[in-house]
Amino acid sequence: MFRSYPPQIVLEAVLNGLLTGAVYALVALGLTLVYGVLHIINFAHGAMLTLAMFAVLVVHLGLGLDPYLAILPLTPLFFGIGYAMQRFVISPASRNDDGAILLVTLGLSIVLENLLLAIFRSDTRSLTLDYSFSVVDLGFALLSLPRVIGFGVAILVAAALWAILALTDTGKAIRAVAREKLGASLVGIDVNHIYAVTFGLGAATLAVAACLLMPSFYVNPRVGNAFVLVAFTVVVLGGMGSIPGALVGGLFIGVVESLCGLYLGESLGQIGIFLIFILVLLFRPTGLFGAKA
Amino acid sequence: MKAYRSLLVVIAALAALPLAVPLLVGAGLFAGPNTFYNLMIFILIITLAAQGWNIAGGYGGQFSFGHAAFFGTGAYVQAVLQTRYGVNAWVALPLAALLGGLVGAAIGTLAFRARLRGSYFALVTLAFAEVFRILANATPITGGAAGTLVPLKIGLGQMQFASSTTFFYLALTFVAAVLLLNRALERSRFGAWLVAVRENEDAARALGVDTLKVKLKAITLSAAITAVAGALYTQKFLYIDANIAYGAWISVEALLAPIVGGIGTVLGPFIGAVALIGLGEAAKTAIHAVFGSAVPGVDLVVYGVLLIVVIAFAPRGLLGLFGKFDLFARFGIFGKRGGR
Repeated sequence: MFRSYPPQIVLEAVLNGLLTGAVYALVALGLTLVYGVLHIINFAHGAMLTLAMFAVLVVHLGLGLDPYLAILPLTPLFFGIGYAMQRFVISPASRNDDGAILLVTLGLSIVLENLLLAIFRSDTRSLTLDYSFSVVDLGFALLSLPRVIGFGVAILVAAALWAILALTDTGKAIRAVAREKLGASLVGIDVNHIYAVTFGLGAATLAVAACLLMPSFYVNPRVGNAFVLVAFTVVVLGGMGSIPGALVGGLFIGVVESLCGLYLGESLGQIGIFLIFILVLLFRPTGLFGAKA
Repeated sequence: MKAYRSLLVVIAALAALPLAVPLLVGAGLFAGPNTFYNLMIFILIITLAAQGWNIAGGYGGQFSFGHAAFFGTGAYVQAVLQTRYGVNAWVALPLAALLGGLVGAAIGTLAFRARLRGSYFALVTLAFAEVFRILANATPITGGAAGTLVPLKIGLGQMQFASSTTFFYLALTFVAAVLLLNRALERSRFGAWLVAVRENEDAARALGVDTLKVKLKAITLSAAITAVAGALYTQKFLYIDANIAYGAWISVEALLAPIVGGIGTVLGPFIGAVALIGLGEAAKTAIHAVFGSAVPGVDLVVYGVLLIVVIAFAPRGLLGLFGKFDLFARFGIFGKRGGR
């Protein structure tokens, strides 16, 4: 069943896996952040990514904005959308009950995905940019330019997110709420505001991820699902709530997917991801880097 | 048998529904009798899948996001046994339930032994369903991406009927049987244990309930029932592929219907399925009338909005709302949530 490949092809697969993995990590960052603070899984994460990708498409086709420049307006816009969604829909509808939050985010994902389906139909679209197919020649491997840029920016965003959490007052408040909600509210932190900020940050990372993906990827109303399942795996693997975990987990999963695709073929390629997902959940649900359950 | 009387009334009313078909069609609500029956059969199949979900999810509090794993197994067993092994449809159906139950027991054993709860249990079931979907899409025995087509051979022996009324009664029989089973479960010791697990698992264990065994039994039964829904789907539509059988859509429908209708109640899954599919169809028709053409996804937008609205304003589902009215309460038409 296993074919043998020359080392160069395997190396290229590994490098490509790392590039894809960085974007997986970026998508997973928002998910793990929300989990770390609210202790729930945001099922609307995938649909939000799809929404962001369509937003990139619309500003590109409508305003002629380059996807990379679109990061500037879309990131604050999605921060606002995420903030408002938590503050005005998820929190009031679920009364902050865990099971209810899970279901409300599921409801939101169904609504968003199908609104996009109703508006844009099920066609798959992609952007035509003059640099879409540019490559970087490393001498021993050829890599796609948009994916190399994606890799670099994703690492930068992860670092920026870490800096926000570690260095700013808001970041301190977020970490306080994550650790001890009641204690945080006792010292004067507005817990609902922090929840919403966390959601906003999660949505903002998705906007960046969408801008990085669009030059080399396609969009249709269901595209987010594929990413979000991978992101769940990354989050579980890295330890729910752990940012370095999400980064390492994302890169690892990218490589696994790439190698599984190489050895098992396209249709079975994703199996590797889910098997890892299930195995980690069953045998080490705190993740490889997570400290506590 | 007082506890069953109200259920028997509901079942009798459903069985008498074909009498009302000429009226409904005459009133212009349905294009013809077949439109009505196809909708009802679909509602009943979803109800059955949701009734399965409701046992583990509603009574037991184990929220599965991957009941497609069981629905799909039932659907594929029913199809593959007939097309590849020449097994009779009526023999295939119990085997579909059995295999579905086994898959449920296997996933349950793995997940519950690893002490997965809440979000973690939801995720692991979701992942199993996806693994099944990818495998079914890639292996030859299921027909791969092309799917499996059950040859059209009308006849009672083939469980294929010329009249959709017959299939309606077949599906209703299963739904009615599970309704009665559910009521019996509510009144049994096992049912009480299951509710105890949902309300407070640690406390239940402290009181001597073997929570692992209770959860395993629940997920096995739950999976077997949902597998029968899958088998009925195969018999009704005579075609399945991986995205239908193991697709996320059925996991979502199986979970939405009980939650919208009334989680952990006997009639919740049916009420929820009627509300979701009924409103979805109404929305499709309305949009079609306004825009002059079908717009994809509108029915699902309605599902999502309904889910959020129900969680926000009626956490006990539509039944919880009705339950507030004296009339229903007095006749005990809708039982208490998981009550005895």
